[in-house]
Amino acid sequence: MKDFSFLIGGKAGDGIKQAGHFLAQLFNELGYNIFIYEDYQSLITGGHNFSIVRASDKRILSHKQKVDFAIVFNKDTLEKNQENFKKETIIIYDSDVIQSNDLPKKYKAVAFPMSNVLKESNLPLIVRNAVSLGILAGILKIDFELVKKIIENSVHKKIEENIKVAEIGYKEGLEHKNGFEIEKLKNEPRKILTGNEAIALGAVRAGMKFYFAYPMTPASGILHFLAANEDKFGVKAIHPENEIAVALMAEGAATAGKRAMVGTSGGGFALMVEALSLAGQAEIPIVFVLSQRPGPATGIPTYTSQADLLFSLFAGHGEFLKIVVAPGDVDEAMFLTAMAMNLSWKYQTPAIILSDKHLSESVFSAYYDENKIKIEQPKLWSGKGDYKRYSDEKDGISSLAFLGDKNAIVKATSYEHNEFGITTENSEEAKKMAEKRLRKKITLLKELKGEKTINVLGNKKSKNVLIVWGSTKGAAVEAAENLGIKVIQPMFIEPFPADEIKKELKGAKKIIDIETNATGQMAYILKANGIEVDEKILKYDGRPFIIEKLEEKIKKIIK
Amino acid sequence: MSREMDTKIEKTWCPGCANFTIEAVFKNTLLELEKEGLDLSKVVVLSGIGCHGKISDYLNLSSFYSLHGRAIPVAEGIKLANKDLIPIVFVGDGDAYGEGLEHLIFAAKRNTNINVFVHNNRVYGLTTGQFAPTSPEKFKGRSTPKGSVEEPLNPIELMLASKASFVARGYTGKAEHLKDLMKQALHHRGFSFIDILQPCLAYFDSRDFYGKNVYEMEAQDVSNFNSAMAKALEWDYNNGGKIPVGVFYNQKKLTFEEKICLTN
Ligand SMILES: Cc1ncc(C[n+]2csc(CCOP(=O)(O)OP(=O)(O)O)c2C)c(N)n1
Ligand SMILES: [Mg+2]
Repeated sequence: MKDFSFLIGGKAGDGIKQAGHFLAQLFNELGYNIFIYEDYQSLITGGHNFSIVRASDKRILSHKQKVDFAIVFNKDTLEKNQENFKKETIIIYDSDVIQSNDLPKKYKAVAFPMSNVLKESNLPLIVRNAVSLGILAGILKIDFELVKKIIENSVHKKIEENIKVAEIGYKEGLEHKNGFEIEKLKNEPRKILTGNEAIALGAVRAGMKFYFAYPMTPASGILHFLAANEDKFGVKAIHPENEIAVALMAEGAATAGKRAMVGTSGGGFALMVEALSLAGQAEIPIVFVLSQRPGPATGIPTYTSQADLLFSLFAGHGEFLKIVVAPGDVDEAMFLTAMAMNLSWKYQTPAIILSDKHLSESVFSAYYDENKIKIEQPKLWSGKGDYKRYSDEKDGISSLAFLGDKNAIVKATSYEHNEFGITTENSEEAKKMAEKRLRKKITLLKELKGEKTINVLGNKKSKNVLIVWGSTKGAAVEAAENLGIKVIQPMFIEPFPADEIKKELKGAKKIIDIETNATGQMAYILKANGIEVDEKILKYDGRPFIIEKLEEKIKKIIK
Repeated sequence: MSREMDTKIEKTWCPGCANFTIEAVFKNTLLELEKEGLDLSKVVVLSGIGCHGKISDYLNLSSFYSLHGRAIPVAEGIKLANKDLIPIVFVGDGDAYGEGLEHLIFAAKRNTNINVFVHNNRVYGLTTGQFAPTSPEKFKGRSTPKGSVEEPLNPIELMLASKASFVARGYTGKAEHLKDLMKQALHHRGFSFIDILQPCLAYFDSRDFYGKNVYEMEAQDVSNFNSAMAKALEWDYNNGGKIPVGVFYNQKKLTFEEKICLTN
């Protein structure tokens, strides 16, 4: 197996993220699968940041704790990332800021005066990322032309100078005694995407015309990506006064016939909840992206958590159909977002995409073919007779006309209403309308029978079963593969695929629920659906599960 | 042929309520504009929640009866999605100056091409008589039985400061004058705002006070911000002073939707 991990550590402003992306591109070009975990703090300069880049010949959805190489820009990294190093780890460090005796003897090290090389070339310290890319490529005997190509593709200023210092590093790397030649794989390079980019692409392919958002980590990546690519994608990315306006503008756009999505994290989603309920009552299609971070309140902005599962499920006063999906990687982010958009329009009801920092901001090799996504049309009004916005249909779905349609008087409303959309307080009408809206779920359940709503992974015959959802899939699936056990991952949270899960649990001996929250929220949903888990593995320190440690925990339970 | 503009359902405003006047004046405005070529199928009525909001149910036009305080952002989304639509947003004073104030300010700041007509009875009608952002100081409402201790907001001043491009005040006791204001607002390309003073017969009967003090402004240079602001400060929404009605400010500039499209 060819599987390499790299850690890059320094302070905010050191260009850690860029260095990680350099490495990811390098290995992508060499035909490897990529995963990047970014660990950074909510500050602009200072603090401690690191990225772990993993490159493998097999598909990977997670990083590993122990790395083979480390690029170290400050002393902090040596202390704070100790648990990521093993004795074979080759540590490449800036010898202008770290003395050799700062470095524990057990490590193999490559000392290089990065800061001075840059000073001589009149380049800022951030260019240490290009120098270290060169050193690493040298150690691994990678053709320098590839390094050049990557710098040319991703650096916008002083490209020549960047290449020059990378070459100085490259020569140093070639000399290194522990160097070896890395194999170039036969695979073509793939798209490498963050979860946020994948969500955006899925929405664009499913016909989104407007994305409204108020900045909030870890969802902001969607806003930035769409704003930067407005013309290419034919969308408008709009940043209004707050999340309340965000959700309502989207609902206005939808009532006028344009597909819209909104994105935020827990605090912003809390502000959107009244509008979510409005979409339920007025039957307006809208997609919410809820990218979770640890709470309550402002919580820990740049770290990860799955503690808003029940919040998303129960958000919104009153009773109405809501669609909630939880992608576990970029492929699922793409097609589940598209599916959520299409279903939201077909069923005229809100949909929520549950992401988290670990999915939204990690980088993955993408396998899903975006061209498979189709825009599915809702039931549109025939244009005949008087239009009834909320006509009482067997399947619960009224035909859609949009504001401005000739001959249609379209009345959308937050009040309970009759079929025309005029307020009612009549008991029979109220009951009829509540039932009409809820019937949409029965129709949806029929449609979903033909769709894949859960993943079954790992050793499908094993009687030990892990249940995971969202980004936790990555570490859990690999741990399960190593241990030869089974994984069930619901991709739909609402409607909840209870029957499908129960079928897969037949004969299971031990059911283990794994989530990054403190109370086991998925276990709660399972229980409500008649499924008892035997054990829970919970993590709520803002960090995602990591394969090696998770494996140990599972081992203890199933021994 | 003009379409029937009434849904013909029972109207539950109090007998003599000034909301009837606003509704009638609006219908007449549309009839007159229709003669000038306005396509009624492009008109979208929006409203917040309050007595005023019922206008969405009563008008046989496409409408969006939004949440309390949240009609304006819906109108902005509608206008962005289809620039041929003409959103006319009927809001309450509690609705637009309290619950959803941020949207009013930002819609003005953006110069989004919508019309906001505020049914300003200076009280919360539907929730049975609490003080509102424009209630006078010492107003005795059900949440302030000893009298409100807050100074009223001056929405004209606020809208000017928020860069609204059309700012007017009307009064339901001057229906013809109000119709003229509505027509001007609908002709204006950009954000149009009318603060419509109305008595609330149940909770704040200000008919006498308005009857004595409301006067129509003389024609003035409506493109001059400073004189508009001076005029706006003439009445502070307390119990006293003369109350000018008419257009305070009218300025031509590119709308939000036009600017967004220019960045294409
Ligand atoms: C979020 C929310 N808060 C409170 C209410 C209750 N509520 C309904 S109307 C209203 C105030 C109405 O006052 P105003 O906007 O001035 O309208 P008016 O009835 O005077 O026309 C309130 C507080 C609500 N519907 N929604
Ligand atoms: Mg009021």
